[in-house]
Amino acid sequence: MSLLSVEDLVVRHGLLQAVRGVSFGIERGETLALVGANGAGKTTLLRAIAGAHQAASGRVVFDGADLSGVPSHERVRKGIALVPEGRRLFVQMTVEENLLLGRAAGRPGDWSVERVLETFPNLKLRRHAKAGHLSGGEQQATAIGRALMSNPDLLLLDEVSLGLSPLVVDRVYASLQGLISSGTTIILVEQDLNRALSVSNKVICMLEGRVALAGDSKNVSRDEVTKAYFGLHRKGAGGVPA
Amino acid sequence: MMNQIVQGILLGGYYALIACGLSFMFSVMRIINLAHGSLAVLSAFALWLLASRFHISPFLGLAIVLPLMAVIGWALQRFLLERSARGGALLPILTTFGLAIVIDNVLFEQFGADTRSLAPFIGSLSYDSWEWPGSIYVGKLAVIIFVTAVVLLGGLQLFLTRTGLGRSIRATSEDPDTAGLVGVDARRANALAAAIAMVTVGLAGAFLGMRATFDPYAGATQLLFAFEAAVIGGAGSLWGTLVGGIVLALAQTLGAKVHPQGFLIGGHVAFLIVLFIRLYTSGLGLRGLLRFSTGKVS
Repeated sequence: MSLLSVEDLVVRHGLLQAVRGVSFGIERGETLALVGANGAGKTTLLRAIAGAHQAASGRVVFDGADLSGVPSHERVRKGIALVPEGRRLFVQMTVEENLLLGRAAGRPGDWSVERVLETFPNLKLRRHAKAGHLSGGEQQATAIGRALMSNPDLLLLDEVSLGLSPLVVDRVYASLQGLISSGTTIILVEQDLNRALSVSNKVICMLEGRVALAGDSKNVSRDEVTKAYFGLHRKGAGGVPA
Repeated sequence: MMNQIVQGILLGGYYALIACGLSFMFSVMRIINLAHGSLAVLSAFALWLLASRFHISPFLGLAIVLPLMAVIGWALQRFLLERSARGGALLPILTTFGLAIVIDNVLFEQFGADTRSLAPFIGSLSYDSWEWPGSIYVGKLAVIIFVTAVVLLGGLQLFLTRTGLGRSIRATSEDPDTAGLVGVDARRANALAAAIAMVTVGLAGAFLGMRATFDPYAGATQLLFAFEAAVIGGAGSLWGTLVGGIVLALAQTLGAKVHPQGFLIGGHVAFLIVLFIRLYTSGLGLRGLLRFSTGKVS
């Protein structure tokens, strides 16, 4: 049974249909890269899974439970954590306070402030600094750490490299690689195709709210993804099961 | 002069106490609760009822009234303010304005227009004083109120910064959507904040009744003092509320020294000066400020 099943999901922003009948599944321990041009519906899809947007139709099934109508804070309690685009830290709070907020859902697990600081050593000296005073890389590390503090079964990462220098992105991805190796299930929205394909088992390319390409990262060439990215390839390339 | 300053500072403790709940609700839920003063008077009447009918001391009565105020705050948020907030920023203001009218008139209907006080039920505490060096007499009740305000503000500060619930409330006030995404139940956090605010209102109402008289329509004046203290101190800042309360009280005390009718005017002048300074330093500039004052800024 898939850890997460998205079934024929439709999400609207007013009259705009941002996600149009998307279906896919992800097994425990897998990493799925969600790629696509700006406005393809990736962020909306991720936020709908996290409960920040309500689905117009279709459903999200997590660990066997239908999440229709379940609010975002309950979804965190069930084991879904989102690192939102733009980090969305609580800028008036310190790094430690932001991390401790990740405990609000009360899920038991191994993640603690100390472990986050071990995973992201650049935060050690910034523990008591206000989140609004951090660099972009430090903010991203704090946002990921905050999500990890809820001990999630599924981590949703939205554009973690956005606005960061290449050196900082390397550091963030080095930390992510550690999480992936430890068996954390991840859905990753990423603009950088090379990075997305290098860290994931599966890839989905979205175009205008639909899945334009879905397949195993090893079996999908960069060329195929690029074609799907620009709407030149609309077929599934090999089975991401719903 | 020193005597006036000391009395002003002590009176500031009461203003901080009554402004604290208003400021807290504004900072967490962005709601200006115009029923704030009426709810304080409601608490004073509840204590008066317990004292006059059941011979329960107002201090003991707080053990009954404060939990009741917390329940009122919780219910108000869940069933009234939360719903009205969905209709935009103006609707909760109008809702609380209506609530104030309802509370005032229900109290009037139940208790009539007579003024009442809790002073007869607290023995000599209402008029006892200590003599400080320099022939300065400070009322014991005024000192108790001031100390209570400092302890309450300090306790709230500790609660907000050192506890998980406090952090949840702060996160909700900063960004309710993201708070939900990290596992915070924003509805619960807001309801809890409203309950805490109402407990502070209940406490302020108790001290209002002990240090002065009150009647069913006394809420509007208390709201005005709370509003002025909160704005002077910077709405949303707990310790700023104490500073705001002290500044307001000092201005009133000094106003009364200048002219017997100057008590209220002194406070209003201080409020207006701070308000204009805040607007001016908020980036409006002098021209913008003049346009704002003539209603030409949207």
